Order: sequence, then structure tokens, then C-alpha cells
Amino acid sequence: MSEITHDTLAGSAEDGQRLQFHETTEHHPETGTLLGFWIYLMSDCLIFASLFATYGVLGRAYAHGPTGQELFDLPLVAMNTTLLLLSSITYGFAMLRMQMGKLGGVMVWLAITGLLGAGFLGLELYEFHHLITEDAGPGRSAFLSSFFALVGTHGLHVLFGIVWLVTLLFQLKKHGLIAENRRRLFCLSMFWHFLDVVWIGVFTFVYLMGVLP
Amino acid sequence: MSELDLTKLIFGRLSWESIPLHDPILIGTFIMVAIGGTAVLGFITYKKAWGYLWHEWFTSIDHKKIGIMYMVLGLVMLLRGFADAIMMRIQQAWAFGGSEGYLPPEHYDQIFTAHGVIMIFFVAMPLITGVMNYVVPLQIGARDVAFPFLNNFSFWMTTAGAVLVMVSLFIGEFAKTGWLAYPPLSGIIKSPGVGVDYYIWALQIAGVGTLLSGVNLLVTIVKMRAPGMSLMRMPVFTWTALCTNVLIVAAFPVLTAVLALLALDRYADFAFFTTDLGGNVMMYINLIWIWGHPEVYILILPAFGIFSEVVSTFSRKRLFGYASMVYATVVITVLSYLVWLHHFFTMGSGPTVNSFFGITTMIISIPTGAKVFNWLFTMYRGRIEFDVPMLWTVGFIITFVIGGMTGVLLAVPPADFVLHNSLFLVAHFHNVIIGGVLFGLFAGITYWYPKAFGYKLDPFWGKMSFWFWTIGFYFAFMPLYVLGLMGVTRRMNKFDDPSLQIWFVIAAFGAILIAIGIASFLIQLYVSYRRRDELRDDTGDPWHGRTLEWSTSSPPPYYNFAFTPRVHDLDAWWQMKEHGYQRPTSGFLPIHMPKNTGAGIILAGISTVLGFALIWHMWLLAGVSFFALLAVAIGHTFNYDRDYHIPADEVAGIEAERTRMLANHV
Repeated sequence: MSEITHDTLAGSAEDGQRLQFHETTEHHPETGTLLGFWIYLMSDCLIFASLFATYGVLGRAYAHGPTGQELFDLPLVAMNTTLLLLSSITYGFAMLRMQMGKLGGVMVWLAITGLLGAGFLGLELYEFHHLITEDAGPGRSAFLSSFFALVGTHGLHVLFGIVWLVTLLFQLKKHGLIAENRRRLFCLSMFWHFLDVVWIGVFTFVYLMGVLP
Repeated sequence: MSELDLTKLIFGRLSWESIPLHDPILIGTFIMVAIGGTAVLGFITYKKAWGYLWHEWFTSIDHKKIGIMYMVLGLVMLLRGFADAIMMRIQQAWAFGGSEGYLPPEHYDQIFTAHGVIMIFFVAMPLITGVMNYVVPLQIGARDVAFPFLNNFSFWMTTAGAVLVMVSLFIGEFAKTGWLAYPPLSGIIKSPGVGVDYYIWALQIAGVGTLLSGVNLLVTIVKMRAPGMSLMRMPVFTWTALCTNVLIVAAFPVLTAVLALLALDRYADFAFFTTDLGGNVMMYINLIWIWGHPEVYILILPAFGIFSEVVSTFSRKRLFGYASMVYATVVITVLSYLVWLHHFFTMGSGPTVNSFFGITTMIISIPTGAKVFNWLFTMYRGRIEFDVPMLWTVGFIITFVIGGMTGVLLAVPPADFVLHNSLFLVAHFHNVIIGGVLFGLFAGITYWYPKAFGYKLDPFWGKMSFWFWTIGFYFAFMPLYVLGLMGVTRRMNKFDDPSLQIWFVIAAFGAILIAIGIASFLIQLYVSYRRRDELRDDTGDPWHGRTLEWSTSSPPPYYNFAFTPRVHDLDAWWQMKEHGYQRPTSGFLPIHMPKNTGAGIILAGISTVLGFALIWHMWLLAGVSFFALLAVAIGHTFNYDRDYHIPADEVAGIEAERTRMLANHV
């Protein structure tokens, strides 16, 4: 069958229309950075998926130690969640300013986003410290191991995001809203919102469902 | 701070006792490596080639050079992995009737672990990635990959992992756990030494490279195909590369996660896979096989692609059933995620779960069988030329079908209860990996070598390599099927029953034949280089190929295509030839290209140091190298000057040279 299609094609070309076999002008393939970053994010998502799965399996293996119900301080976590969700909104404002071409506005909103992220991290560290001093550290039980691994990995991502954000602030100051920097702002934006989405999963599955009996 | 604490801070667990001075085999190896290494480094220095290597290769972001460097890495590591193999075969043929052989258990255990880890991660993966790197951009009519710097960085991260595994040979030890390091054996209590830590950090560092190269090639294939090349006009090798990179991106993060959990257990007293505190070992075994099963398809799919290209080129026919080949590849890609549990049927999942995974496993043989028939029908009534790549292909079809059938046997849970953990299993996976992946790689190397270097490989030594490999394979592994059926388990370093010995002796003989096959391959490279003027190909199309890579010169210019090709058919180059396509000889434009950078090799170098420091608990060095890594990475993002234009005159000069060569040829 394949032979037939081939012949037909060759035949149709002989009918007069000459096929063009190369581009005569400069050819630019589409830039793949945003797609590439998306794919990276999805692979990162799989790391979280593995950690969620681990928490799903080990999350009730208390080993006669403290349970989520005893340990989790929901008002604190609610505040934490608020900070992170707000930081996503402020990042959105930064992107709006970018679309308007206002460098100053971008930098101010980015800085606010970074501060909110730092606040989130601070509260998380406080919570971790508190747990460890209460003899509920990661080595206490498989439940706590999977808790610290999941929440800690998310926290490390936020830390990395803040480092990136600060770097980007310097680069914006130096070069302004050039195409490269706009692309980087887009990538960090996806990263930041992605962390938000993951946190909603953490908040729901770890904290809210963790305090259920 | 006392002196002891300071030593510990700097050197961690490392002391003079970590150097295996007591082991004559290792010391001998070390002396050989030292002499060989000094000779190579001395030769490079003598030839004043360091600058050339640095500027033209190490810092190159050209996908072709990176592809070749991957191949070199894979072949060097093949020698190491094979040395492990032959040591095991000799030990098992020897250690009978009260003889202990020459390898004590703790050494033997490291060898089989290192053999598996090296062959999968540092031989098969680099070779597969190397071929994809070299061929895919050329096949799709692109000038480079989507992220050229990341490509260089990925290669060096893979190399960094390989370096750590090699270092473990002489400083400390390697894991004694088997290639997947199941806990609790790989936990801190049963494996307190540095072996498992070498394993973890070598794989984590190499894994970064593999993942990024997966993202890179995936975006390259999706975004950078020449105009007119729709998905169903992509060459089959590019299709298999696409599916393999989807698998890489979707599987390697799970490996990263599970090794990170194991590291937390070992370094920070977490309790994921412990036998107390609520830990669950099965979590590890499930996660690692959720990566591990797709991994075998990551290796085999591009090999299938290579065979498809070879079979249609050397049968002078369009591939039979292109569309079914593509669908089969995609179906295998999806199914490869639904079979992982067949690696541990005996670990208590129960009959219902086992049945499900047994059936999905058997279903995979359907698309694979479809592929085999497509290759056969492509050959049917073709004008077959038995060049060396075709020999490997025919050898593959026969060998792989046998391996596939033993695989279906193992997929039946009740049969697996008898055969699991036996040499039958060992014979099965070597049957498909050697008969499939390795034969595919040799076919691919022979097929694309003239493209990369401008001359064909010497066919005599190629045939020697093929016959010794093939016959050696059957001698080495058929006895293991027999032994496995008799109930002999894997990973034993000595045996009591003397009636078994003859089978191990036959297997060792087979390994020696394979050694001759490998030697023939190396001789082939050398002889071909010496005879390069006779074997020279000026046309760029030595096999009368069908796909776009054969439309360029051999080796291709660094910009690949002076003008981006426009594609109208599946076999784009074949169609161009049929239409009497004339290469343009004027009207050249400046070409936009990325610049070389040393950031990749520097980052990977620091990662190696970081890995070494983490393995030996050298916390000071670990901290310093971590921050150095961060600083260099951030510093690299401040470099905005990453590309340049090749002037049109330069392009015209290179193309005129090609015109001259083509004219000479005719």
C-alpha cells in the first residue's frame, strides 16, 4: 500500500507542479522555552506525585507516636496558605505590569511576591522547629517522615523560587524588560503558580484530611 | 574545636583504610588505569591537544559533537561493565567443589551491582542518548536541539555520574545490594559503608542529565521539525526517540524521588523503608519499578527505530506498515506504565493484582510482534543487501524473538513463582537487552558512522564483531536458561553441586567469545581509521538512504543545513532524489547559531565534587561546593550573549567545498 501512495505522489509532481525542497529565506523554528519549561514542571509534578503517594501509604503509620490530629495547628497553616495564595495574586499583578511595559511596577510587585514567599517559608520553618522540639521530628514515625519529605520538598521549591526571583530582580534592573527577561518572568510565573497548586494539594490532603480522626 | 573534629569536618569518613590496598585485583586494576590514564593524558599534552579538546569538544554545544562524546562515554564504560561481566563468569565457572574461586562474596556482590548499574545507566543510556542526539536534529531538518547549552550540561552530568562510579572502584567500595538497591539491605543498618551512597549520588547526578536531555529532545522534536514534516511524516527513528523521551520525562522523576527518600533514610534517620517505625519496604519496590519498567522501553524503543531505518534502507523499500509501526510504538509507550508489578509477583500482591499485571505484560507482546512482522514484510521481496547493519538487524530479529518468548513465559504469574530470582530471569533480560538494545546500537553505529566521520567502517571487522557477539551471546546465555530451569538462583558466588559446573564453563566460554566480539569492534574502529581514504564517502549518502540526514555532507557542517529543507513525503530525501533535486549553490544567508560555553562542564565538575563530599560525609566541602554550584549556575544566567550569526560568505565557502567534493565523486 505504501508503495502506491509513493507512486501517486511522484506522479502528481510530474504533472507539472515542481515541488520546492528547501526554504529560500531564513527559517526560524518556534522558540520552545515555554513548552520545555512546562514539560520540566510536569516532571517536577511527578516528584510531588511520588511524595504524595508515599504520604498516602505511610500517612497513618504513626508507630505509636503523635498523629496529625494532635500535631497540626490549622490556624497557622491557614495563615501560611493565605500568604502563598496572595503571593500568586501579586505575581499576577507583576505580569500585568509587564504587559503594560512598566518596569518599576514589575519590580515592586515581584518584591512583594518574594516577601510573601519568605513569610510563608518563615512560618513553615517555625512549624518544623516546633514539631522537632516536641519530639515529632521526621525520625519519629513513617507518618512524620513522609510529612517532612512532602512539605519540606515544597518548601525547598519555594526557597529556590525566591532565589530565582531575587536573581531576576537584578537582571531586570540591569537589562529591563527585554525579550529574554520577559521569557524568564513567564517561566518563573508558571513555577510560582505551580507551587501554589501543589500547596493546595498539600493543604487538603496533608493538613485538612490529616486532622480527621 | 579539637583536632579530631576538624579532621572529621574536612575528611568525613575518608581515611587511608578506605583505599583497598589489601585487594590485589583492585590494586592491579588501579595500576593499569593509572598507567593507561597517564599515557592518554601524556599523549594529549604531547600533541598539545588540550586547547583543541576544550574549545572544539568539551565546551561545544553542537548536538553532533555532544552525540559523539556520549558514544565515547558509553563505549568506555562498556569496557568497564564487560570486565565486571567476565570476572563474574570466571568466578562462577571456577567456584565449585569446595573451591572459593578468586572473588570473596563482598567483592563479588559489588561486581554484580556495578555491572548492572554501569551497563544500564552508563553504557546503554549514553549510547542511546548519543545516537538520538546525533541523528534526531538531522532527521527533522533542524540546525541544533532546542536548548543547546542544556545538551552540553546534560552530557557532563551523565559523565559526572560515571566518574563517581569509577572512583568507587579505588576509594571505598560500591554497593553490594544489586542494581536496584532494595531496602532494608540498602538501609543504613545493613549497608553502613559508602557503597550505597556512591550508588545514590552517581544516579542522582546522572539523572539530572538524563531528565534534561529528555526535555530537550522532546521539545526539539515537537517544535523544530522542518516545514512540511507533519507527525506522520517523521522518520520512524524520530518517532521512537519522541516516545522514549516522553518516557524519560515521565519516569526519571520517580527514580529521583525514590532515591531521595532512600538518601533521607540513610542520612537523616527518616523511616520510609525501615522495618520499624511504620516504614514500608514495598513502597520502595513499587516506586523503583514504576521507573524501572519504563526504563527498559526507554532503551529498546530507539533500538526498534534504528532497525526500522536500517531494514528499509538495506531492503531498498519503503518501511512496511509505517502507520502501524508508529501506533505500535505509542501503544508500547503507554503500556510500559501498566506492567511494573510483574517484577515482583512473588512479593505478596495476591492473585487478582498479579493477574492484571500478568495480562498487561502479555498484551505488550502484541505491538512488539506487529513490529517484528513489519520488519519481515519490509524485507519480503526487497532487494536486500547484507551490509553489517543489516546483519545486526537479522541477528536481532531472531534473538529478540527468543527473548520475547521467555519474557511472555515469565509474565505468567504461576510460572514466575518457579522462575523468579533464577538464572532463567538473568538469561531473559540479557537476551532482550543484548539481542535488542546492544545489537540495535551496533547496527546504528555502523549505519551512521559514515555520516559522522565521512568514511565507512571496515566491513570485515564489523562481520567478525557481529558473529563473535552473536555466537558468544548464545553460548553465554543459553546455559543460564537451562540452569535457571533447574532452579539455580542468581547472584551466587559459589556452588556445591558439581553437575552444574559444565554449564557455567560453557557460559564463560561464551563470555570469552563476546570479548573477542568487543575487541573486533575496537579493531574495526582502528582499521577503518587507517583505511579511511579507501573507505571515504564523498556523497554524504553512502547507503542510498531515505531520510534527511543523508542529504547533508559527511560529516555535516556545524549548521547542518544551509537552507532549511521542506518536506513533502515520509522518505523526504528519497523523494528529493527521485525528483532530481539540485542542491542550491548560491543565495546563502547568514545563519543564526548558539555559542559554545564552558558552564556545563564546570557545573558538572562541581557536582562531582559535591557528590563525593556527600558520599564521604565531608560536610565542609559539601557546603562549599553546593554554594559554588549555586553561584556558577546563577552567574551563567547573567550571560545574555549566547548566539551569533555565521556570515553568508563562510556558509558559501563551506558549501562550495561540498560542491567540489560531489563533482570529484562523479
